[in-house]
Amino acid sequence: MIHPVLASFLQEASFLDVLYIVAFGLFIQGLRGLSGPTTAVRGNRIAAVGMGIAVIATLLNRGEGNWGLIVLGIALGAAVGVPAARQVKMTAMPQMVALFNGVGGGAVFLISWAEFRLTHGYASTPTYVAIFSLFAAIVGSVSFWGSNIAFGKLQEIIPGRPISFGSAQQIVNLVLLILAVAAGADIAAGDHSQAVFIGLLVSAALLGNAVVLPIGGADMPVVISMLNAFTGLSAAATGIALNNTALIVAGMIVGASGSILTNLMAVAMNRSIPAIIAGGFGGGGAVEGASGAGEHAGTVRSTSAADAAIQLAYASRVVIVPGYGMAVAQAQHAVRELTKELEKRQVEVSYAIHPVAGRMPGHMNVLLAEADVPYDQLKEMDDANPEFQRTDVSLVIGANDVTNPAAKNTPSSPIYGMPILEVADSHSVIVIKRSMNPGFAGIENELYYDPKTAMLFGDAKSAVSEITAELAQI
Amino acid sequence: MILASTLTTNLAILVLAGFIGFVVISKVPNTLHTPLMSGTNAIHGIVLLGGLLIVGLSGNGAFNKVILVIAIMFGTINIVGGFLVTDRMLEMFKSKPKPVAEPEPQPAAKATAPAAQGEPPGEQQRGEQ
Repeated sequence: MIHPVLASFLQEASFLDVLYIVAFGLFIQGLRGLSGPTTAVRGNRIAAVGMGIAVIATLLNRGEGNWGLIVLGIALGAAVGVPAARQVKMTAMPQMVALFNGVGGGAVFLISWAEFRLTHGYASTPTYVAIFSLFAAIVGSVSFWGSNIAFGKLQEIIPGRPISFGSAQQIVNLVLLILAVAAGADIAAGDHSQAVFIGLLVSAALLGNAVVLPIGGADMPVVISMLNAFTGLSAAATGIALNNTALIVAGMIVGASGSILTNLMAVAMNRSIPAIIAGGFGGGGAVEGASGAGEHAGTVRSTSAADAAIQLAYASRVVIVPGYGMAVAQAQHAVRELTKELEKRQVEVSYAIHPVAGRMPGHMNVLLAEADVPYDQLKEMDDANPEFQRTDVSLVIGANDVTNPAAKNTPSSPIYGMPILEVADSHSVIVIKRSMNPGFAGIENELYYDPKTAMLFGDAKSAVSEITAELAQI
Repeated sequence: MILASTLTTNLAILVLAGFIGFVVISKVPNTLHTPLMSGTNAIHGIVLLGGLLIVGLSGNGAFNKVILVIAIMFGTINIVGGFLVTDRMLEMFKSKPKPVAEPEPQPAAKATAPAAQGEPPGEQQRGEQ
């Protein structure tokens, strides 16, 4: 039992504000913790404590009634969220983040809808409340549907290739956006019609689908990051509509961080964000590049696992360049075994990680960490590049565009200007790849025609295991 | 007017929070971007509070109750799933020399649970460059 004096103290609005301030102080502190590998675990937990405090503070101050519904909602959410989070494979992390982001957006637009209904179409609220709530409804709905499409593409439920209306795409998107905004303006101006609000949600839902469907599967990380920022902004807007500081601060911090992350990813992939949103990502320019570079007739030297093993065994310094192909083949544990075998022979091994290796920035680090690769063996691009000149063998596993020297040497190339790992500087290169098919950007990789490059064709996992087996026999 | 000043205060908070977000986040190294994305993703689950506030008001009809329960469920999935998944990812970055097969900590069940665990001592020394 809570003493009545304590109860009234707990329900003081000012005390609620204090708890909220503590909560978002913890969010900020937690995010700061995420800036280093040794403090990151703690940082995440600090943020989670902040969230716990914010939830408890809200429960202490809300109006009475409907406790059963709250318990039901939280229980259902925990029943779905906990097993999903604990069982998801590390390679499936991008689609999991997409899904969690999607439900956040879903919560945002449902809350706006409930608010609209409860206030009889914002009948007695200030106009600004209606505007922010409607903004949250539109953006939340776009984020929900867009994230679900992103999830579907990464999970390969929906084809990863771009699906679009062709040249009409931009017009379709624009019309849907105008419809959603017009419905919002109508409601904000005083229309209390339920149908108009549903029309707004439907237009925004179609817009979410229409924006993400034309984007190729390989570019989904940029989109998820952008939608993450959107959900944050919509949560902040909900906070203004409900006059809730914790929502405003937390939502806006996510909006800001998501924007930075989106920009970093886009820069690393040499894309502009407007071009991504305009649709047809990975089409147009890249296809032209493919036909141009297709005439690049050179000889490709292929090698065997045994030869590769010998080459690696007698190297003194080896750099492994892992890419998306390694993640798809789930080869990270096999790669770790190979590294151990090489280290037994006093070969110095490190990993060069491109910022967008894998499917999200940092994704490759997570995969390698899962396979117990020590953190200090992972070199970021800027640290790795000067080292290639004194590297005997670079072992490229399932990475393509991020090693293409055309990004440095060929101004006409679609990827010209993209930062790459300068693998071509090392004394020799072994590339493990399934076939000569070009990578995501659809362009040939000059590296494969370089005389010092040897190609080892095959699935990343079995190829690496074969090399390890051969190595053990030397 | 009181309402106008509430809006102004909230907008000021919004702008400042945006700047804090930029400053705090720009320092995060590339390697931690996936956990960061996942962690910030968990934080926007805070929209759960909106659901908790509205469901407590009087006058919610049956349909509103249904959508609010779904909203609370979505918000909880976002928070609980987001923090747990981030924790799992980050745990992997901690390099442990001895392969001690510890059982997963955290029998987490509620929104606050993932945070409730204390920090194991001596965690800071490892993994220094």
